[in-house]
Amino acid sequence: MAYSNSLMLKGNEAVIHGALIAGCDCYFGYPITPASEVAHSAAKLFPMLNRVFLQAESEIGAINMVMGAAAAGKRTMTASSGLGISLKQEGVSYIAALELPVVIVDITRGGPGLGNIGPEQSDYFQVCKGGGHGSYRCLVLTPNSVQEMCDMARTAFDLAEKYRMPCYIMADGVIGQMMESVRLPEPEDRPYDPEWKMGKAVDGKANIVTSIYLEHNDLEEINRKLQKKYAEVQAAEQRSEELYTDDAELVIVAYGICSRVAAGAIEQLRAEGYKVGMLRPQRVWPFPSDALMKIATNGKCKGFLSVELSAGQMIEDVRLAIECKKPVHLYNRMGGNVPSCDEVVEAAKKVLKEI
Amino acid sequence: MSEKIKFGRSPVFFDPFERRPGPIKKNMHYCPGCGHGILHKLVAEAIDYHGIQGKTMFMVPVGCAVFAYYYFNVGAISVPHGRAPAVGTGVARAVPDSYVISYQGDGDLAAIGFNEFLQAANRGEKISIFFVNNSNYGMTGGQMAPTTLPGQKTATTPFGRNVLTDGFPVHVAEMVNTLTAPVYIERVALTSTARIMNAKKAVFKAIENLKNRKGFSFVEVLAPCPVNLKMTADQINDFIENQMIPEFPLGCIRDRSAEVENGTVPAPPAHDVESVKKVLFPPAMEDAADIKENTSEIFNRELRIKMAGFGGQGILSLGITLANMARLRNFNVSWMPSYGPEQRGGAASCAVIVSRNRIPSPMISKDCDLLIATTQTALDKYVGELKNDGILIYDNTAVTLPELPETMTKVGVDAVGIASRDVGSPKFVNSVLIGVLSVVLEQKGLLNAEDQADFEQAFTAAVREKFGKKPGAVESNAQAFAAGRQGIAK
Ligand SMILES: Cc1ncc(C[n+]2csc(CCOP(=O)(O)OP(=O)(O)O)c2C)c(N)n1
Ligand code: SF4
Repeated sequence: MAYSNSLMLKGNEAVIHGALIAGCDCYFGYPITPASEVAHSAAKLFPMLNRVFLQAESEIGAINMVMGAAAAGKRTMTASSGLGISLKQEGVSYIAALELPVVIVDITRGGPGLGNIGPEQSDYFQVCKGGGHGSYRCLVLTPNSVQEMCDMARTAFDLAEKYRMPCYIMADGVIGQMMESVRLPEPEDRPYDPEWKMGKAVDGKANIVTSIYLEHNDLEEINRKLQKKYAEVQAAEQRSEELYTDDAELVIVAYGICSRVAAGAIEQLRAEGYKVGMLRPQRVWPFPSDALMKIATNGKCKGFLSVELSAGQMIEDVRLAIECKKPVHLYNRMGGNVPSCDEVVEAAKKVLKEI
Repeated sequence: MSEKIKFGRSPVFFDPFERRPGPIKKNMHYCPGCGHGILHKLVAEAIDYHGIQGKTMFMVPVGCAVFAYYYFNVGAISVPHGRAPAVGTGVARAVPDSYVISYQGDGDLAAIGFNEFLQAANRGEKISIFFVNNSNYGMTGGQMAPTTLPGQKTATTPFGRNVLTDGFPVHVAEMVNTLTAPVYIERVALTSTARIMNAKKAVFKAIENLKNRKGFSFVEVLAPCPVNLKMTADQINDFIENQMIPEFPLGCIRDRSAEVENGTVPAPPAHDVESVKKVLFPPAMEDAADIKENTSEIFNRELRIKMAGFGGQGILSLGITLANMARLRNFNVSWMPSYGPEQRGGAASCAVIVSRNRIPSPMISKDCDLLIATTQTALDKYVGELKNDGILIYDNTAVTLPELPETMTKVGVDAVGIASRDVGSPKFVNSVLIGVLSVVLEQKGLLNAEDQADFEQAFTAAVREKFGKKPGAVESNAQAFAAGRQGIAK
C-alpha cells in the first residue's frame, strides 16, 4: 500500500503521532485543557496498534502508572498541563531517583491556582528546576511548531532512554492547539528491552527498582552519581536555534509561541534597520548557556530581551548563562495573553534605546 | 496443600536475606510479634505453590513493609506512599503476562492512597492486594490510621479517637464490596494457628486468581502491631479478637472466582512499519505526482485568513479545508482556533495563514487578507483586522454592514440558504463558501487562469482526502462548491 506522509495535525495530535512512531507502548493520562487532544488521539490510536491507553483517575494515578510501565521496561508517556503537572511532581521525583526513562508532555496554561486555559509559560520553574523534592533534573524540550511536536517525541524517548531520566516536552497552549502541515518521519521497528528492568533475573536474582537508601553515605553517593549524569547532559545536550545573532545588538531569547511572534517582529525590525536577532532554546534544560555566552561575548551584542508568557522565569537562566555580562530585559504577557508582533517590536525598540 | 510449603523457608525468599544491608541477614527487620512477617511467609508460599515467581512483580509500599524486597526474590519496585495500585496498574497493563501483587498498610491504602486503590478495584485490574490492617501507622510511630478504633489511643489521638472529630473506622473490605468488578474479597486475622490457616487459604486463593488472571482480589488482614500499641503478644491478640474483630468481622465477603473465566493475555503491541503506517499515515492520493506550483502573484506573500461565527456552523472545519487545500499545494499552513474565553457564549473563530516561507505567529490580530463572518458579533469583532483592500465575505441574512472602506471587497451571501436549497442540507455551507471565494478571487483577478482551475482541483483533492471512503459526500461537496459559484455569479 502506498502512503503519503503529509497531513494537517494539531500540536497535541502530532506529539502522539511522533510518540507512536518512536515506539511508545503505553499512554496513561487525565484530561485537562489545553492538553486534552493529546489524550483524545492516544485513546484512538494506541489501541489500533494493540498498545495501551488508560484514562487514569488523576494525574497522580497517571504518573504512577507511567512509573510502573517504565520500570517494567516499556516505552511510556503521559500528558497534562499546569495544575496536573503540579500533582505529578512527587511521582516525577521518584522516577528521576529510580532513573526511569519517561516522557511527559506539558501543554502549559495560565496560573497560579486554577488560572485559566489560555497559554502561559509559567510551568518553567516547576519543570526545569526539579519541581518535586530532592536534587534532580528533567530534560525539557520546547517545540515551537507542530512539526517539532512530532519530531521531538522521538528525541524525547531517545534522550530519556540514553540518560535514564524523565524528559518533558513543554509547549504552550498555542503550540498544542494550533494545526500545521506536518511531514511524518519514517517509522522504524526499534526493539526496546532494558537490562535493568524490574523482574529480569540476573544471576538468579530478580531486578528491583528502589529509591530508598537509609545510610546517609549511600544516599549521598547516589546523589553524586545523579549530578555527574546531569553534568554530562548539560555538556552534550544543549540545543538552540539562532536568527541574525552575528550582528545583532539586541538578542531576543524566546521559546514556544513567543519565538514565533518574535521571529515576525524581528523581520519587521530588520526591515526598519534595527539590528535585532534571536536565540530560541529548543531545550530549556539543559539550557543553551554556551550559545548565549558566545553571543554575549561576540563584541556586537549589547543586551538581551527575554520574551515570556510568565512573570519572568526563564530570564533567570539567561542571566546565569551570560553571568550578567550584559543587561537582560523582560517583555512578558500573562493570563493567557500572547503578545502581537507589534508589541514585541515596540518592546525591542525601547530596550535598544536603553542599552 | 503441597508438602514443600510446610517445611523450611519458601524458595521465593532469599536465603539468607542478602539484600538486607548490615550484618543481620537471617532475620526480618520487623519488630517481634509483628504481623508483616507472618503475612510475608504466607504470600511467599503461595507464590511458590502456584509457580508464578519468575513473573511476579511486587509493589513495595511505604510503611513498615518498605523493605519487603529484602526477602522476596521477585521483581519489585518501591512505590510512593499509597500509589501501589496505580503503579501496579501500569505494570499489569504494560506487561500483561506478569503477576502484580500490591502489599499495603492501612495508612498507605485507606488514607493517602484510597483513591488509587478504589479506582484500581473498580477497573477490575488483574492484581491481588494484601491489606495489612494493624489499626495504626506503624512506620511513623503509631499515629491514627483510618482503621483506628473509636476511643483508641494513638500518638495523634492521645485522648482516644473521637469519632465526632476524627470519624469512624473505615471498613475497607465492605467498601470494596460495593463495587462490581472485584472477584474476591475476604478478611482474615493472624491471632491463632487456626486463624493463620484460614488466612493462608485466603492468600492462596488470591494468588491462584492472579495466576488465572481472574481479576481483582483483595485480602484484608487484621494484624498485630504490638510495639506501637504498647502491648504484649497476648494483649495484642486479645485486642484483635475482642475489639478489632467485632468492628471488622472476619470471613469471605465475596468470591466469584469459580464463576469468572480465566483471563487471557492480550495480543502484543504492533511495532512493524506497515502496521504503524496503516494507522498513522494517510493513503497516497493517485494524482499526487502532478501537483502544480501556483504562480499567481498573491502566492508570493503570506496570506492571512480569518473565519468567525458561532460553534456548530462549521467555522473551524471551513478553516481546516482551506488549510488542507494549501497544504496539498505544498504551502506551509497554520490553523489556529479560538480557545478559552473567546469561545464563551458559543463563539467560534480560527485563523489560517498560508505561506511559502516559515510562518511566524499563527495568530492574526491585523493585516488580514480575507475575513469570512457569519454573525454580527463576529463581523464587529474582527472587521477591524481586515486590510483596507481585503476581502470580506459575510452572511447577508445575519449581518448588517457598518461603514467600511470603499477599497474593501464586500460580498454578502446566504450560504446556508444555498446549501439547504441547492444541496439539500445546511451542513454543506463550507463548500458553498469556498465556491463563493473562488469566484471572488477570479473577479478580483488575483488568480491567473491556470491557478483558477487549480483552485477547484485543490478543493476536490481536500474533500476526497477527507471523505475518500464516502463517494456520496465527495459528490455533495462538489455540488455545493458549484452552487456557491452560481449563487454569487447571479
Ligand atoms: C507522601 C508521604 N507522606 C507521608 C509519609 C510518611 N509515612 C511513611 S509510612 C507512613 C504510614 C504507614 O502506615 P501504614 O500504611 O499503616 O503501614 P505500617 O507502617 O503500619 O505497616 C507515613 C505517614 C511518606 N512516606 N510519604
Ligand atoms: S511498628 Fe508495628 S507494623 Fe511496624 S514492624 Fe513494628 S510491629 Fe510491625
